[in-house]
Amino acid sequence: MSVTHRTPGGRRARGAPLTPRTAPYLLIAPFFVLFAIFGVFPLFYTGWVSLHDWDLISSGPHEFVGLENYRTLADDPDFRNAIVNTLGIFVLATVPQILIALGLAALLNQTLRARTFFRMGVLLPNVTSIAAVSIVFSQLFGREYGLVNYVLSLVGIDPVNWQAHKWSSWIAIATMVDWRWTGYNTLILLAAMQAIPSELYDAAKVDGATGFRAFRSVTVPMLRYTIMFVVVVATIGGIQLFAEPLLFDTSPASANGGAGREFQTIALYLYQTAFRSFDFGYAAAISWLLFLLVLLIAGLNALMVRRLGRGVR
Amino acid sequence: MEGIVRRRLGLGMVAALAVVLAACGGGSDSSTSSSTPAADTAPAASTAAAAAATTASTEPVTLTIDTFGDFGYKELIADYVKLHPNVTVKEIQQEYNQHHQQLAQHLAAGSGAADIVAIDEGFIVQFRSTPDQFVNLLDLGAGELKDRWLPWKWAASLSADGNTQIGLGTDVGGLAMCYRKDLVEAAGLPSDRDALSAMWPDWNAFIATGQKFQEAGTGVKWVDSATNMLNPIIAQQPVGYFDTSDQLVFDTNPGIKTAWDSTMDMISKDESAGLAAFSPEWNAGFKKGKFATVACPAWMMGYIKDQAPDTSGKWDVAAIPGGGGNWGGSFLAIPKESENPEAAYDLAAYLTAPEQELQIFKDTGNLPSLPALYTDPALTGFTNPFFSDAPVGTIFSDTAAALQPQFLGTKNGPVRQAVENVVREVENGSLSAEDGWEKASKAAAKAAG
Repeated sequence: MSVTHRTPGGRRARGAPLTPRTAPYLLIAPFFVLFAIFGVFPLFYTGWVSLHDWDLISSGPHEFVGLENYRTLADDPDFRNAIVNTLGIFVLATVPQILIALGLAALLNQTLRARTFFRMGVLLPNVTSIAAVSIVFSQLFGREYGLVNYVLSLVGIDPVNWQAHKWSSWIAIATMVDWRWTGYNTLILLAAMQAIPSELYDAAKVDGATGFRAFRSVTVPMLRYTIMFVVVVATIGGIQLFAEPLLFDTSPASANGGAGREFQTIALYLYQTAFRSFDFGYAAAISWLLFLLVLLIAGLNALMVRRLGRGVR
Repeated sequence: MEGIVRRRLGLGMVAALAVVLAACGGGSDSSTSSSTPAADTAPAASTAAAAAATTASTEPVTLTIDTFGDFGYKELIADYVKLHPNVTVKEIQQEYNQHHQQLAQHLAAGSGAADIVAIDEGFIVQFRSTPDQFVNLLDLGAGELKDRWLPWKWAASLSADGNTQIGLGTDVGGLAMCYRKDLVEAAGLPSDRDALSAMWPDWNAFIATGQKFQEAGTGVKWVDSATNMLNPIIAQQPVGYFDTSDQLVFDTNPGIKTAWDSTMDMISKDESAGLAAFSPEWNAGFKKGKFATVACPAWMMGYIKDQAPDTSGKWDVAAIPGGGGNWGGSFLAIPKESENPEAAYDLAAYLTAPEQELQIFKDTGNLPSLPALYTDPALTGFTNPFFSDAPVGTIFSDTAAALQPQFLGTKNGPVRQAVENVVREVENGSLSAEDGWEKASKAAAKAAG
């Protein structure tokens, strides 16, 4: 696409719009222009809003309060509770999810009958509407007539009020997340697995490493960048977890994440503050801290996975 | 009362689903119906004739009206545009939560709101606390119509200083006690509605009746949930969560303590099925007969019928303990950003006039907020076969008329929600009643901001 204009003397025309040097920038510009408008600007505007006492429906002047919202937030037990819930559900969901995905990918990498069927099958949960997933799972984990409690009752366990405790609600929500995302991660890991040169396995075999040993010493280290990607994406999604806890509640309209905020995540608390209390300033402060938290955890993840990869080598 | 969130549709999860869609910026699932003046104007319907006098302008005007659920306006709007050939009206119906959330966003953005917006009582306090966002209907002559409405209905949409009226009342819910006749009978209690009403003049008597009911050992709980008991009791107090200077009085108001103690008493006697209102399990509770009574406003009769069609004829309606009550009901407001406030006011006044509210009652069962209609034979003679032919028109309108106005603070909605959540925790068994009071007090203070 790039066009160069040359003067008869062979020198490039000054001010020509598309030169080999400028063309790439121009061509990627549309994305960055849109990103600036819909990504960067809202980010900083949210920062600006967070410095104000900003009521969504009041038309009056928004009073500048400096860092007041952040100070309140530092002392807010509900916010701390939301962080604990988010991290708890995240760990409870992500660790089994990646492990299962790794195992499934290894299985799907074998020569199987109807391989494409199985490969597509694991992706199916991911194309299901998230609201439908949450609603169905909420029914499964229902206190009175839920299937899970029914099965538990068969082995003599009393019915669990899943929404009423932290541990039980976290398990239920982590299950929803995993049901939806494990297959997706499996496919990504599978694609990466297929790109591992077979010579490595041959060499491993020569060294006497087959089966699980080869998986641990060849497959996993070769996958470490993919695993890092998968973990980072799972982190960003996990930290912003919203629809599942919202819809799991028995009274979703309050966005309280359980009567005692047992499973209110940061995103849910943010939503409740902004659209139930209409306190935009405070909600903006929450979203900035959420942003920083995602950056922090993604950074930690990257470090950890990199170190892990090195260690195995 | 007005703090209590009302859902007109069969909501629960569906409501939240729409919230999520809205939050994700998904497409709107609103339905639009348009009524335009017919080419050859047909003669006006008699019910609509009263409003004809107010027409002045003949400039072509297009009005939009945003509602949620079914307000029963379709036919009435068609009549209206026949009388006002210059007016075109577009009604947009949305889902309850989405409707109010979008309204807040439209007002914040300064554009996008309809000329007339319906606001439910669960949201009216928050919106009336920013009266500058709305046209002051007192400037357009609403003051002359004031006496039409129940006094608490009129007060509910009035700004705190009393100088701005943002809405005209549409319907009210009233509040009665719906009960399962067959279950009550099975427990050896009288199932006649008057006999039962006489057994529970107040809430303590209601709890005592519940004791008798549960001693029969049918395995059925007396009430559906603790919050559906707390809210009506609080609404019957002269002072609610806030005093008239908008200060939270949770800790000092004896009325709140009374409501709390009664509710805790009921929980400690294990009379509640512990089903959060509008949750799927609550819905299933209707079907399976998990509880014998439920505090219900007029519009909930349809909800029960939808949830448990097989229980037809097994229900009846008795008086609410303590006398008055209301749950739900809406208002029509005109956002400041409307370009045709006068024309919008004319339509809103028409839709809330006695003739129209009576017609809506006949069409949809939405109870009028105009006490003059409470003696109308169309209303007093109204019975519901699903509820054993109880004279529900009279029962519900009596409770609405008996209710004394209570001042609701700006943050009444969030405070009620916060306290409700703590009550649910106690009901779940995660908190003791004493710790619950402490926690509720703190949660209320936080929600009051």
